[in-house]
Amino acid sequence: MNALSIKDLRKRYNSGLEALNGITLDVKEGEFFGLLGPNGAGKTTTIGIITSLVTKTDGKVTVFGIDIDVDFSAAKRMIGVVPQEFNFSIFEKVEDIVCQQAGYYGIGRDQAAASSEKYLRQLGLWEKRRTTARELSGGMKRRLMIARGLVHEPRLLILDEPTAGVDVELRRGMWDFLEKLNRKGRTIILTTHYLEEAERLCSRIAIISDGRIIENASKRELLKKLDKETFVLDVRDSNREIAPLEKVSFLAVDETTLEATITKGQSLNLVFEHLGRHGIEVDSMRSKTNRLEEIFMGMVE
Amino acid sequence: MQESLICLYTIARRETTRIFRIWVQTLVPPVITMTLYFIVFGTFIGSQLSGINGFEYMAFIAPGLIMMSIITNSYTNTVSSFFSTKFQKNIEEMLVSPTPNWVIVLGFVSGGVVRGLSVGFLVSMVSLIFIRLPLYSIVITSLFAFLTSFVFALAGMINGIFAKKFDDISIIPTFVITPLTYLGGVFYSISLLPDFWQMISKANPIIYMIDGFRYGFLGIADMSVMTGLGMLIFFAVVLFSINIYLLKKGIGIRT
Ligand SMILES: Nc1ncnc2c1ncn2[C@@H]1O[C@H](COP(=O)(O)OP(=O)(O)O)[C@@H](O)[C@H]1O
Ligand SMILES: [Mg+2]
Repeated sequence: MNALSIKDLRKRYNSGLEALNGITLDVKEGEFFGLLGPNGAGKTTTIGIITSLVTKTDGKVTVFGIDIDVDFSAAKRMIGVVPQEFNFSIFEKVEDIVCQQAGYYGIGRDQAAASSEKYLRQLGLWEKRRTTARELSGGMKRRLMIARGLVHEPRLLILDEPTAGVDVELRRGMWDFLEKLNRKGRTIILTTHYLEEAERLCSRIAIISDGRIIENASKRELLKKLDKETFVLDVRDSNREIAPLEKVSFLAVDETTLEATITKGQSLNLVFEHLGRHGIEVDSMRSKTNRLEEIFMGMVE
Repeated sequence: MQESLICLYTIARRETTRIFRIWVQTLVPPVITMTLYFIVFGTFIGSQLSGINGFEYMAFIAPGLIMMSIITNSYTNTVSSFFSTKFQKNIEEMLVSPTPNWVIVLGFVSGGVVRGLSVGFLVSMVSLIFIRLPLYSIVITSLFAFLTSFVFALAGMINGIFAKKFDDISIIPTFVITPLTYLGGVFYSISLLPDFWQMISKANPIIYMIDGFRYGFLGIADMSVMTGLGMLIFFAVVLFSINIYLLKKGIGIRT
């Protein structure tokens, strides 16, 4: 069963900006799904639509089979969300913020208190339960929002860049926590612009850029793609038969252009020698820019 | 339904906690202002005036002053609480949950009612220092107090929904509510005005609220108490519906 299914989702903001240009993706139940993309790609907009903070222009969203246009309340019960920006009242106490959230889901006080204690303890905030949110450190605030997002035991937890601005030590702790949560069966969707984070946590990764999904693959497939490098070679005669070479693939683009894709770090000399043996002489060569790579370079900046 | 009630209780409790947490801002100032009114208008000026309709001037204005504080505080509470909830973005906590719109409206409005009635109660207590206020009908008094605070809390909510910046929360109170209240018969009896001004005054809904509330204390009224009640119920229904409509449209809360 799909925990989340998005079909041809579009969003045009009142400013006229097209933030989403038809996004389609499925997240299976139990998956740890990464939505990876640079700033402004449309990650927060997508999450906003799923959680009703943003109204969609077009498209269809179902959460565990429930269409949000048919019964948004039922869909919302299954979702817990940890937003990108702090959005709790800074004047309220940690415990109150979490218990109130349970109240908004119609959970009675006893159960709310028990669930709140469970997650505040797991996230190392129990000692801080009577502290006003304003006095927490950045990492604690982030964890407070995670506790708040889990208090009603949602089947799907969505986190929007949960580790942005969190130091390395805390980030590891948060990763461990999320992995444990996922292992216990909770579906998790996480947006990030750190490849490393998606690589560590996610079993499946979709890459979003300019409101479009440009890649959606298992982690292994994606890393394989990223590990390849393609060179465009200008040659005399590309039409000759080339015997296969281990870990290299050739593609004849036209009569004088040949593309060679190698695994990163592999020596190019081998390629030249191999071609030479087939009587193919290379005049010049350039590296072909990889769309994925471009995006990642953009994200690192 | 039970879930909705838990949810309503949660919001109402949050709103009430807020009022008492910042009581220095929410409860003290109106009490001080009204005490000054009692001293200046009631004691200093009132002692130089003859009574109205057989009551001391102070007794006549006391219900009006109490009502004035109920009106302003109910309104101010919902407009500022809803706006700051929006401003801090913690309105999102409710929006991502299955909380129905009517619960959001009633939750915030109950905060306004609690504040309006608390201030009203405190001001009534203060008035007792100055005058022995009769209580002709506690039912009428309570009904007018409750319905008026409910109506103004609903109005404040609409203002809060539209407000985009802090300035927007004081425009209506300054330019509409305060003038209408001062011209709403707090300090004088409408029946003593020239015909023309009486006619104009009757278009001011606040007159009916103050008059009905005063009737509950003194047992005298310029207008029909039933008209006042009917009007309050009418406003409550209309303003509640407008609120629901605006939230459903997502005005000010969804992009
Ligand atoms: N409320 C809004 N009004 C207009 N444009 C917006 C609004 N929110 C986001 N955008 C724009 O939509 C695009 C996608 O933004 P967002 O979803 O926040 O991206 P991400 O979360 O991937 O960084 C950006 O160009 C952003 O400027
Ligand atoms: Mg974002």
